[in-house]
Amino acid sequence: MTVVERREIALVDLLDRLLAGGVVVTGDITLRIADVDLVRIDLNALISSVNEQVPSPWGEPA
Amino acid sequence: MTGLRYVYAICRPFRSALQRQLTGVAGSPPKQLTHHGLIAVVSTVPETDFAEEPLRAHLEDMEWLTATARAHQTVIDALTVVTTPLPLRLATVFRDDSGVRTMIEAREDDFRRILDRLEGRVEWGVKVYAEPEPTEAARPGEGAAAGGTGRTAASGRDYLRQRRTQTRAREDVWQKAAAFAGRLHETLSAFAEDSRLHAPQSAALSGASGQNMLNAAYLVPRRDSEEFVELVDREKDDAPGIRVELTGPWAAYSFTGEFAEEPEVEP
Repeated sequence: MTVVERREIALVDLLDRLLAGGVVVTGDITLRIADVDLVRIDLNALISSVNEQVPSPWGEPA
Repeated sequence: MTGLRYVYAICRPFRSALQRQLTGVAGSPPKQLTHHGLIAVVSTVPETDFAEEPLRAHLEDMEWLTATARAHQTVIDALTVVTTPLPLRLATVFRDDSGVRTMIEAREDDFRRILDRLEGRVEWGVKVYAEPEPTEAARPGEGAAAGGTGRTAASGRDYLRQRRTQTRAREDVWQKAAAFAGRLHETLSAFAEDSRLHAPQSAALSGASGQNMLNAAYLVPRRDSEEFVELVDREKDDAPGIRVELTGPWAAYSFTGEFAEEPEVEP
């Protein structure tokens, strides 16, 4: 077994925190949590569709 | 002043300056807005991108979401160096400074309580993956590779036997990984002040190999971080097919949940 300490933050780890964590306050521009969760679901769909054309959309950021 | 206000975090006043060249979302530098003894870290962002409708559309645009999430994180990271920020959820946007002040007034008791709770603490992410060996049986004609016996799957019966063995081995890895993940989580939870379980990540989204069995966050005093990392390292065993990934230190994104459920506020 190996323990890997990743230096580059994976987007998926970031989204776990930025879309599911963090304090929720009502901004003037209101995206309710439910909307954001929907975004997450859309992401899944997006990824699977993109995967068919592009091998690794989650590669290292530029 | 035109433009909307994007809020990254709420902090207590801090003495050190943020890096001069720091840029946030939409390439605009974050500034501090002080109100009632709290600081909101905000950027001015264009309405064309951050008003409700374009924002909603953008959030489904991978490229835009990636750039925005990373810019948000860059600012939070910079804040983490100088203070303990209370990060807000991605894309919290207000019309103007006065909207931000009103929000602070409405939530200041919550903010103070949670800032006290998080002071001097960071979040570590730990993930456990099960990585069963690739199934040779899934590739007919390459049966010889299975178990290193040097035998080919000469007959249907041999083939089925091999297949069963491999299925069992794979289930074995999953069971062991699940048991290991449970033990690890128990140990780390006992060390940490608090813990949260995130949903396991799908391989399609993460691009990681293996199956994500544990995706947890631990709240740890900054000064105990080294010990926590060592603990993760020590807990590893030699079981094949199990991988542990450590991320952090993060701002305590996963531990703001005490008031994730927002009280009803009259507009």
